[in-house]
Amino acid sequence: MSVLEITNLHATVDTPEGTKEILKGVDLTIRGGETHAIMGPNGSGKSTLAYALAGHPKYQITEGSVTLDGEDVLEMSVDERARAGVFLAMQYPVEVPGVTVSNFLRTAKTAVDGEAPSLRTWVKDVKGAMDDLRMDPVFAERNVNEGFSGGEKKRHEILQMQLLKPSIAILDETDSGLDVDALRIVSEGVNRAKENTEVGIMLITHYTRILNYVKPDFVHVFVNGRIAEQGGPELAERLENEGYDRFLAAAN
Amino acid sequence: MTTSTTEGTETTQERSDGEIVGGAAGAAPVAARATIDGLAPVAPQLEDERLTLPADGPAKHAATSRAARPRSFELGDHPVPTSKIEEWRFTPLRRFTSLFQDDATEDGAVDHAVTVPEGAPEASTLAIGEAPRGTALVPEDLTAAIASARTEQALHLVAPRNAELAEPFRVEITGRGADRRANGHLVLETEESSTATFVLNHTGSAQYAQNVEMIVGDNSRMTVIALQDWDDDALHISTHHAKLGRDAKLKHIVVSLGGSAVRVNAIGEFSAPGAELENTGLYFADENQFLEHRLFVDHAAPNCTSDVAYKGALQGQKARSVWVGDVLIRKEAEGTSTYELNRNLVLTEGARADSVPNLEIETGEIEGAGHAAATGRFDDEQLFYLRARGIPEKEARRLVVRGFFAELIQKIDVPEIREHLFESIEAELTRSMN
Repeated sequence: MSVLEITNLHATVDTPEGTKEILKGVDLTIRGGETHAIMGPNGSGKSTLAYALAGHPKYQITEGSVTLDGEDVLEMSVDERARAGVFLAMQYPVEVPGVTVSNFLRTAKTAVDGEAPSLRTWVKDVKGAMDDLRMDPVFAERNVNEGFSGGEKKRHEILQMQLLKPSIAILDETDSGLDVDALRIVSEGVNRAKENTEVGIMLITHYTRILNYVKPDFVHVFVNGRIAEQGGPELAERLENEGYDRFLAAAN
Repeated sequence: MTTSTTEGTETTQERSDGEIVGGAAGAAPVAARATIDGLAPVAPQLEDERLTLPADGPAKHAATSRAARPRSFELGDHPVPTSKIEEWRFTPLRRFTSLFQDDATEDGAVDHAVTVPEGAPEASTLAIGEAPRGTALVPEDLTAAIASARTEQALHLVAPRNAELAEPFRVEITGRGADRRANGHLVLETEESSTATFVLNHTGSAQYAQNVEMIVGDNSRMTVIALQDWDDDALHISTHHAKLGRDAKLKHIVVSLGGSAVRVNAIGEFSAPGAELENTGLYFADENQFLEHRLFVDHAAPNCTSDVAYKGALQGQKARSVWVGDVLIRKEAEGTSTYELNRNLVLTEGARADSVPNLEIETGEIEGAGHAAATGRFDDEQLFYLRARGIPEKEARRLVVRGFFAELIQKIDVPEIREHLFESIEAELTRSMN
């Protein structure tokens, strides 16, 4: 079982107005099998945390550490992190023209596993996972994210999570902009991955709605670049009733 | 005269400091569309125009129209190129000097090996002035005039009337030395209602001035695939000139990967209604390599369709590409539909791509006309996305470039050429990444 340990993480981004600190000392430990909801207002740095963990070049880590099973994640390149077991489901997945979904999935699977998947089981796995997410088979022959609707992009992200079987999955606002049907399909996908693997999940969200479908073990309130409060699922209910105002007032 | 000219403003993309300049803009009514395929969102300003009505403008046209260019077999009618002449201003003239000299072909400088498919007559030759030679191609510049005058017997390949040729004609054109001068003139012909494919494969090295004349008969279908797969030191200037008959269809494909300096000038002329021209081009310029592609689509007949799509990648110091796409819709060309596109992907610093779309419209009664040009560099977000799935950087770059060209390569109906192109692109990429 994997452990992702984030200690006193600070990160900055360069803006036209100068360097700006976005993460201001994040402490968080996620173990395999656990689901952590990270909730917070817009601009609190939730997505920055996700991208910084995945290694996006836009963010500089200035302090702190991140380890996965004791290995220094910050020393790894973007693709090394993915091969080590960190997966980021993106809020805005990127189009890759001329590269089909099926080619992309097979290439990624081969990279993550270090060997090409056996053809027969792979075709079956892909088809099964696509059926589960109610994706039309022709989807596999379309170019990655090109012309996908918002819901299709998110399903495609969860499809990748199911197939690549990461030890830690970071879901960055996977629920944003989805209608209830799409949200249910995507949530079922996440729950299947939880049942079938020992994945630890960091569920970043602005809204409490997804927590009706994906049950968190822990809820963290993220405000102004750090975790302001943490608790169990009951904290989400409190946020549902009270909103983020209390935390914002405290942060200012 | 009612004329509307949109000179798509030139695009120059240089990548020396990671900064992007680029994009094309038109002077005509623009319906801008902000979608970009395969290019960095910050980089290109994609322009996409639809012109439906001509504007009453000053007769600037008379001086600059692409139609005004003189055509003649006489060498003396063509000036020696200088950088002040519009159609030569991007070209490194000194490199091409030998191709502006009226020199005969050295013995054995270039071999032509011809394979004729079943159902077609043996290859024959046409003397200067012997029809159909000279009915489509009348030289528009000095090199074309030299290539014509210095080729006493032009190779003539014909698909007979109503013949449906399954296999392509193949012409293996092999240069026997970078210091050797050669001229060539080929006449490709599809007679009425026939179908044929012609593959011209250029390898080895030479200093080669070439004309390719295409006579696309009424209701016939011609495909021409010209591969510039030269060694690193070859020089090549080629004029391709096609004349399309009524309801004819030409699929013209140019692939330039090799050579030191290569310039292909592809002209397509509609002489009767209902014809269709598809111009496809791929190029990949490496260190110190110069690749220029010029197109001229002459809509001189009504209800014809043209579709131009050229894509190029560049890598390495002084890798250089030029693309100029001229489309002229003459007054009589009512019901014309035309679109042209050029995209460049600049992979490393020190490379430069120029892109100039030009559209001249003399009638308002057209179906549609538009053009788009964009130059960009590798999209960092695409790379991040692929790498975040565990795909190593090199492999991710390869996927993106393959994807960039895939759409055009899929248009090539000869499977082994398709395979060869994917392999060549892999090889080019391997060079840059090691």
